[in-house]
Amino acid sequence: MKRRMHINRREFLQVLGAGGAGLTLGVFRLAPAQTQEGSGVFKPNEFLSIDPDGTVTIWVARSELGQGARTAVPMMVAEELDADWEKIRIMPALAHPSKYGSMQTGGSTTVRRGWEPLRKAGATAREMLITAAAQTWGVERATCRTENGIVYHIPSGRTLTYGELAGAAAALPVPAEVKLKDAKDYKIIGKQKARLDTPDKLSGKALFGFDFMLPGLAVAAIAHPPVLGGTVKSWDGSATKQLKGVKEIVQVPHGIAVIADSVWAALQGRDQLKVEWHKGENANLDSAAIEQYFLEKSREQGALVRTEGDAAAALSAAAKHITAQYHVPFISHSPMEPMNCVADVQSDRVEIWAPTQNPQWVQRMAAEVTGLALEKVFVNTTLSGGGFGRRLMVDYAEEAVDLSMRLKAPVKVIWSREDDLQHGYFRPGSYHALEGAVDDQHRITAWKHRIVAPSISAQLFPGQERRGNPDLVDGAAQVPYRLGIIAIDYVMANTALPVTWLRSVYNSANAFVNESFLDELAHAAGRDPLALRLELLPAESRLRGALQLAAEKAGWGEALPRGRGRGIACHACFGSYAAHVAEVTVTPEGRLSVNRVVCAIDCGQAVHPEGVRQQMEGAVVFSLSGAMREAITLQNGSVVQQNFDTYDLLRIHETPAIEVYIVDSTLAPGGVGEPGVPPVAPALCNAICAATGIRVRRLPLSANDLAWS
Amino acid sequence: MPTYTLFVNQKKQLVEVEADTPLLWVLRETLGLTGTKYGCGQGLCGSCTVLLDGEAVRACTLSVEDAADKQITTIEGITAEKEHPLLQAWLEEEVSQCGYCQPGQILSAAALLNAKPHPTDQEIDDAMSGVLCRCGTYPRIRKAIHRAAQRKGGGR
Ligand code: FES
Ligand code: FES
Repeated sequence: MKRRMHINRREFLQVLGAGGAGLTLGVFRLAPAQTQEGSGVFKPNEFLSIDPDGTVTIWVARSELGQGARTAVPMMVAEELDADWEKIRIMPALAHPSKYGSMQTGGSTTVRRGWEPLRKAGATAREMLITAAAQTWGVERATCRTENGIVYHIPSGRTLTYGELAGAAAALPVPAEVKLKDAKDYKIIGKQKARLDTPDKLSGKALFGFDFMLPGLAVAAIAHPPVLGGTVKSWDGSATKQLKGVKEIVQVPHGIAVIADSVWAALQGRDQLKVEWHKGENANLDSAAIEQYFLEKSREQGALVRTEGDAAAALSAAAKHITAQYHVPFISHSPMEPMNCVADVQSDRVEIWAPTQNPQWVQRMAAEVTGLALEKVFVNTTLSGGGFGRRLMVDYAEEAVDLSMRLKAPVKVIWSREDDLQHGYFRPGSYHALEGAVDDQHRITAWKHRIVAPSISAQLFPGQERRGNPDLVDGAAQVPYRLGIIAIDYVMANTALPVTWLRSVYNSANAFVNESFLDELAHAAGRDPLALRLELLPAESRLRGALQLAAEKAGWGEALPRGRGRGIACHACFGSYAAHVAEVTVTPEGRLSVNRVVCAIDCGQAVHPEGVRQQMEGAVVFSLSGAMREAITLQNGSVVQQNFDTYDLLRIHETPAIEVYIVDSTLAPGGVGEPGVPPVAPALCNAICAATGIRVRRLPLSANDLAWS
Repeated sequence: MPTYTLFVNQKKQLVEVEADTPLLWVLRETLGLTGTKYGCGQGLCGSCTVLLDGEAVRACTLSVEDAADKQITTIEGITAEKEHPLLQAWLEEEVSQCGYCQPGQILSAAALLNAKPHPTDQEIDDAMSGVLCRCGTYPRIRKAIHRAAQRKGGGR
């Protein structure tokens, strides 16, 4: 059964579509917000308010997935406000179609899209507080200054706190223009701040979607079709009905829902269901067929995305003509908290509590499903136990809304780990054919890359293809090197396996291929991979600084014994520039240990440096896990992997020492959640090649024999 | 339905549930202690780790019957202890990202420090390898356990 999407592709483009290239800044209105007359609360815009007791409330419109949004966002506001950090309180914003701009947490946008509007929101409030103080004292504004939540009158030393000024400031007009600080004056941005979300997370008090309860809330587990696109033929719930705690069994658009008074009863009840399925047209689909399909597609005429010079001529004239084929698997996001959503549909309103990266889409979906107006749909974004792109989709929220409508009662839909793996949307798999030319002067003279992959955008929003290049070339088309002759083309190869954005989207696959093949060419040309990269990068490329920093810290060039090796890779995406050096040991029997990964990132101004380090460390673990052993495979139309026994993630004993270095910069911030991901797999595989001579062209690594002699 | 006596965080609790109900759901749904998390339900991820008489167990595969009459410690019990060395160390190392796995990590670390007040890196890896963290906080977990060990020489 096809899912309706409740959104069109263009709504996504601003944030996600172009892999960070050419995006426009969201337009945020800083109109005065409604405040209770005479309440003494100062709320100059939608992002913050100040209470008479001095408490500063900051509305965070992006989701907290673990990436630190609920710390970095208040840091940007508080900096320009000159707020007392101890008085900051954060509020997750209710979904609203426009007042916060885009609320999507994807494309590493929280900080870079918030940079202007959030600082302006803080600066606007500060201006008004100064005016309020100057008027109270009858002095010139220029004789006042602010620090830590207090306005000072410099000549007299008089002070008023922001709380004391809130009432007066609330009566003032909002200035149209405000001046933002110079980076050298920052007291909060770029400084060490403890994450605001941590204490509750360590005490177990933090409420994730899975923990959210309402009195008498029913819980539903849904039996989904095991074969992709399957539908219910018939079902028998007699055994389920016998179970204590089971209340009802309902057929829903995507399966059979067991409604119970607890998660445990719902899961048990679902186990006892007997469902016959129509398997549908994918009953014979398996991974081998998809790989074969990609291969066949690769022989078609590709659509050109970038061409410079005559590649065919250069390749046939080359001293060395190198060809290589790369295979990248489908993988799963697998956040530790499985999908879930609470929906309460009433005749005139809907309220939803969801761990989502996409509250505005949830809102639109619910309005459409229920027929209610958008402003009657209240979406609360709970904490998410990880997201990585999976929670940009609203499938599980739609199940909750649909079911609450049928039951005429609030309901919480929970997915088990098995649901999450079996019924996910995945990072697309892909096939890549490359050719390169090396001349007798040890120079790279041509680069040819054909990408064969499903398009996320075309699969999710059929008929609304974006003009120009499709998503699947993101990160491949932008190969950053001056390679002389370049020919990059693609063949779109959509399949029945659902796909969506996964941390760094196409950049993870395309950077693996680009940076591995460049390493192949370096070997063929007898060149040092770092020196070659630096030679081929334009002088102004910010990748240079990241490469040099990572290489220096990693001791690039120091000799290692056989069986040990270093690999380097770099990639730019989402406005940031990352380079990693991996160091590995491979035993002659082929046992791999990753000893160390050194990361460097140029993300412009690091707003919360400790958060940047966390994201880079997390990106290394996440991508090592993917590169080393993750793969979603299909057999007879069903996803083979069921739980962490067949889809194991990287564990602590396999995790290397990770060092993170941030390039000093006061340029506008780039993204941080995703850019650390793409260079990991190629740095790792380049290190393996340095250690063993074995070139890995197929992920995951577990599919390769790394034994050497 | 049978009744069981549970000692959760040093508090005696009577629960009336089926004998094979996993402790995880009794804690979360019967007792409302939602700090203990569901991640896989099969003993594979460690999100549900609690202490049973001081040892780390997976609450999702332990029946309430087998947990009865023993001392159970959950994250809520660790938190109740003021300035618990593990929580302090976790804060100081800024370990947590999404935080979903952290109760399981902290309880596993508590069991480790009960058994080995000054664990080596190898012992940390051995004791902690059952608890997944998709956010990749492992390097900080190692550091935080060493820090907690230094602070107090034990996790109690
Ligand atoms: S939920 Fe118990 S080990 Fe995963
Ligand atoms: S902190 Fe997110 S899974 Fe560990």
